Amino acid sequence: MSTVPDNLRYASTHEWVHVEDDGIATVGISDHAQNALGDIVFIELPEAGTIVNSKNEVAVVESVKAASDIYSPVSGEILEINEELLDAAETVNLAPYDGGWFYKLKMSDAAELDDLMDADAYIEHCDAE
Amino acid sequence: MGQHTPLYQKHLDAGANMVDFAGWDMPLNYGSQIEEHKRVRSTAGVFDVSHMTVVDITGDDAKAYLRKLLANDVEKLDAEGRALYSAMLNENGGVIDDLIVYRMSFGYRIVVNCATRSKDLAWMNSHSAGFDVALVEKPELAILAVHGPQSLNKVCAVIDQGQLYPVKTASINLLENFRGVELGNWFIARTGYTGEKGLELIFPEKEAPAFWDKLVAAGVHPIGLGARDSLRLEAGMNLYGHDMDEEISPLAANMEQTIAWQPEDRDFIGRSAVVRHRAEQAAGSMPRLVGLVLEQRGVLREGQRILCDNGEGVITSGGFSPTLKHSIALARIPVNSHSCQADIRGTLTPVRIVKPNFVRFGKKVFE
Repeated sequence: MSTVPDNLRYASTHEWVHVEDDGIATVGISDHAQNALGDIVFIELPEAGTIVNSKNEVAVVESVKAASDIYSPVSGEILEINEELLDAAETVNLAPYDGGWFYKLKMSDAAELDDLMDADAYIEHCDAE
Repeated sequence: MGQHTPLYQKHLDAGANMVDFAGWDMPLNYGSQIEEHKRVRSTAGVFDVSHMTVVDITGDDAKAYLRKLLANDVEKLDAEGRALYSAMLNENGGVIDDLIVYRMSFGYRIVVNCATRSKDLAWMNSHSAGFDVALVEKPELAILAVHGPQSLNKVCAVIDQGQLYPVKTASINLLENFRGVELGNWFIARTGYTGEKGLELIFPEKEAPAFWDKLVAAGVHPIGLGARDSLRLEAGMNLYGHDMDEEISPLAANMEQTIAWQPEDRDFIGRSAVVRHRAEQAAGSMPRLVGLVLEQRGVLREGQRILCDNGEGVITSGGFSPTLKHSIALARIPVNSHSCQADIRGTLTPVRIVKPNFVRFGKKVFE
């Protein structure tokens, strides 16, 4: 059974967002997602400064099974990427909600959060897949 | 629900992620495929491959029949227990399947792929006319592969513990590669699909769960099909249906050495076709199967296009090598290609051509 923290919002494509009071969002992929992907071996991340739109491809995860696109759950400017993942992609398997975060972004439209799921809805979404 | 091996419940108990494999519910991994891969390279692991098909061949004409059926020559099996890898070709020289044939006290035993079982049996039966042979499938046998540097010691330790098994460990420790020994209704051979030292054990399925438990208790870790694939890829071993099939000549699949061209009067099925293929190869029009390495970030995958200085090819098997920590692949490319690039999701990335053999006994083997 995968872990689904209550304090995050989730996209149907299995990314999570954590938003601080200052409007800075941290993005990663869910425990359910890392489990389905299998061992992750490489991650391609965007450069800081990149402007991304929600639901657009922003990163690529290469696992032992396949290459998978990661879609940004919210729009904004990338402030920082998790450079540790470039050399230690397996961190996403081990700690998808902590050390395995992908990037931080300055949100341009806080209303987009309303389109994302809370933990209960996301659990239902995963069960239905 | 798919078919189950006698170890199905053991896989569930061990927390396996199960997948459908040619109609069988099989373990993909028991957690981390990479950890399982490393276990086999560093210590020992056990694979349940009971879904594979065992066929015993008896009768006065068993040898003559197999010399007709197989591209390699069972005449080379000069003692009981010896093993031979061979292609089974169609008349056009395409590969119907690849298999291992063992010489046994009663005749011969063949182990073929699970996904090709029906067509293999139909082909083998249809070509048995005129030979005094009996082909008997043995679904009541389990097959375990135990591989890794500690595999022989672990298996012998487990067998020494119990009086259950009619097996003498000395006869196992002394086995050379590609040799096996029949011990009662057990057959144990130094064959496998990992590039690592190891054994394949073929024995009554009712004994499989208890033996599995003892292996696991002795520190032999269960290994899923995911790691089986990355291990065989590192060893440069072909996977049927990916690196070769009925449309592919063995000469375009790095299988030339497995064809017994001598004696020239042995009329095996597909001979005239592969002789023709050899002429095409000499003329430079037969592609070849090579190894590719990508020593930077990214993963080569089956189906990706390979653009060479001499034409276009395709990756037939690709993935991440846990031992080398970069991606490797098998690819079929035009002959005399010296430089090539892989089309990885639209990005052309230079890759290096090497011999299709990447890792043996835990060590990198290509230059």
